Amino acid sequence: MIRPLVQMLFAVGLLQGSSPPGGPQVDRSPRRVVVASKPFGESYLLAEMFAQLLESRGYRVDRRLGLGATEIAFQALRTNRIDVYPEYTGTGLLAILGRRPISDPAQVYREVSREFRSRYGARWLPPLGFQNTYAIAVRSELAQRLHLATLSDLAAVSGKLRAGLTPDFIGRPDGLPGLERVYGVHFRSVRALLPAIKYQALAAGEVDVIDGYSTDGFIARYDLVVLKDDRRFFPPYEAAALISPRFSQELPAGVAVLTEISGLLTEEDMRRFNRRIEVDNEPIPSVAADALRSLGVLQGAAKVPAPGARPQDRGVLPYLWDERATIAGLTLRHLLLVGVSLTAALALALPLGLILERSRKVAESVIRTVSLLQTLPSIALLAFMIPLLGIGVVPALVALFLYSLYPILRNTYTGVRDAAPDAVGAARALGMTPRQILRYVRLPLAAPIIMAGIRTAAVINVGTATLAAFIGAGGLGDPIAAGLALSDTKMILSGALPAAGLALLVDGVLGMCERLVAPGG
Amino acid sequence: MALSQNHEASALRVDGVTKRYGPRVALAGVSLDVAVGECVALIGESGAGKSTLLRCFNRLIEPDSGRILIGGEDASRLDPIQLRRRTGYVPQDGGLLPHWRILRNVELVPWLCQLKGRTQLAEDALSLVGLEPELFGARWPRELSGGQRQRAAVARALAVKPHVVLLDEPFGALDAITRADLQASFVAIRRELELTAVLVTHDLNEAFLLADRIVVMREGQVEQAASPAQLRENPATEYVRHLLQRARVA
Repeated sequence: MIRPLVQMLFAVGLLQGSSPPGGPQVDRSPRRVVVASKPFGESYLLAEMFAQLLESRGYRVDRRLGLGATEIAFQALRTNRIDVYPEYTGTGLLAILGRRPISDPAQVYREVSREFRSRYGARWLPPLGFQNTYAIAVRSELAQRLHLATLSDLAAVSGKLRAGLTPDFIGRPDGLPGLERVYGVHFRSVRALLPAIKYQALAAGEVDVIDGYSTDGFIARYDLVVLKDDRRFFPPYEAAALISPRFSQELPAGVAVLTEISGLLTEEDMRRFNRRIEVDNEPIPSVAADALRSLGVLQGAAKVPAPGARPQDRGVLPYLWDERATIAGLTLRHLLLVGVSLTAALALALPLGLILERSRKVAESVIRTVSLLQTLPSIALLAFMIPLLGIGVVPALVALFLYSLYPILRNTYTGVRDAAPDAVGAARALGMTPRQILRYVRLPLAAPIIMAGIRTAAVINVGTATLAAFIGAGGLGDPIAAGLALSDTKMILSGALPAAGLALLVDGVLGMCERLVAPGG
Repeated sequence: MALSQNHEASALRVDGVTKRYGPRVALAGVSLDVAVGECVALIGESGAGKSTLLRCFNRLIEPDSGRILIGGEDASRLDPIQLRRRTGYVPQDGGLLPHWRILRNVELVPWLCQLKGRTQLAEDALSLVGLEPELFGARWPRELSGGQRQRAAVARALAVKPHVVLLDEPFGALDAITRADLQASFVAIRRELELTAVLVTHDLNEAFLLADRIVVMREGQVEQAASPAQLRENPATEYVRHLLQRARVA
């Protein structure tokens, strides 16, 4: 019985360290090559192709797929925590280097190659051959009727057409405003549509024009025509392997293996492969193997799993039942992340809250400083920690620990400070020492409030721990991230439902503890 | 010296005590003697300094200047924790620990002093204030009426049989009938134990009922200190006269 989730999780890096099906028989590499990706379908696919290609040449590979976003993946690469991940030259130029757009792809590539090498010691391999840039798409029927092939063609008839664009694209200068400026496009109407529904809206004839990415699997699925950017307005986003400084130095032969697929992939190829993983929900490893074989770089039949029952063939519950072993493992990992980080937060925040209660002058400023941690976006915090702690379990634990501090600290401090002032006053007047007052009066009376803080921290922690997937720490965030990337609802639910259940369970168990510590029967 | 002559008979003595809270003067040079077995009521408006003075007697408040003698000893040389344990204290709201049963609450000071037979001490104290130990000992404070809670607070203050008891508006929050009951009990208990008591109240009728001597305080100073009869006959100032008229005890 094939387990699609297991295969997916191979792909998204959960089962790190175990060799994938058809793994290497030979082991002549001095160390494992860490292959990573960002959390979306095409990135998973390209990384899996890199990984299988390396394995077919005898290298051992660790998969760290689905890393948070550009920021996290690049930080990890720059600091040699990962060796290679697929990146786009436009992203390198605009997002990482913070430069202005350049329209010539070759010039962009030269620019990022030079700058990345001198600034970070990182290397761009020659591009894979296709671009994944912004794309303006129409139904093929409409393209034929109005003779649309290019954006200039579109501009001429745009006054009659209704556009459905992502809010992001409507706002950014290299989106609609630039399109209006460069091509003179002026649509009859513009509706803001979320990415998830714009393809259906276009197919259903609700709108005539949408924005997208040039290699979206949905372009193939809905038989759409991508209009040519004849004035080269959109910045070029050529896909290429980005190589860490240490990978280049230590395993030049491994880097050379990856150049074997440079220039071989077309946009049409990618749309077809992306469709298989995003629309048809085929397992990524088998699509990657097919892709490598079609390029002629994978000799013989690498043993990839035969396509099994597709996820959409089953209901959610049977799917969850079939995946129960995997889900149990993920839940355990999740519980471990939560348990360790929460225990550490307790060990710091509880005593600190008590100390602050005794030195109230500094208390508010200390607590406010800790509360600032709460306002940091988790992805930013994770990205910030990569240079210090790398990727994986350790930075995830540190982040979860930091996020748990505030509720525990605040409730401990406030609870102990405000505990029954009458009783505290009488206890002092009758000769209890400050230590006795704390132990016998303040702490027992504050216990329910402190427990409430711990419960809050625990529930936040269970939720936040799903983000640990973005730095390769595993847990229930793995199927959520992968499911989101692959528009696979069942996979999302296989992470989200246990996570919600876990939050309820943790809250319930702590609620029982709360009744146990509640003072006075 | 007058001071040393009265020494033996004074249970408590304050001598030129001042206390400031920032710009506000709570006590402006107060001197007062409390004889052994005497009950003194401190009366006055809010902010007159009566609670501040009371709290000086068990060092909950340290005066800025002046001297306080407890049984002839300089209070500043006594260990405040030990002093508090041997001084009874009854706050307005009772201040029972809500998470302890009544008996344990009353056992508090015997337990702090690590006395043997503290259950017996606590049960005796409960009986003294009219709460049957078998009936009330195992209850939680919230299961008692306001008057019963206040009786329990008095029992707690008396469990180690202190010579001095301090009461900060002990019956102020009770209804009139309950208050009258507790006042009567207090008079009886005080006679039985020959307690020295300092009582803060803003109820002049209560002061007349309970105290051997009434100390009228105003803006941190003693306006007049006299027995109830003297006070009624010879109010020293216009302020005291007004106070008496308002309370309709004159």
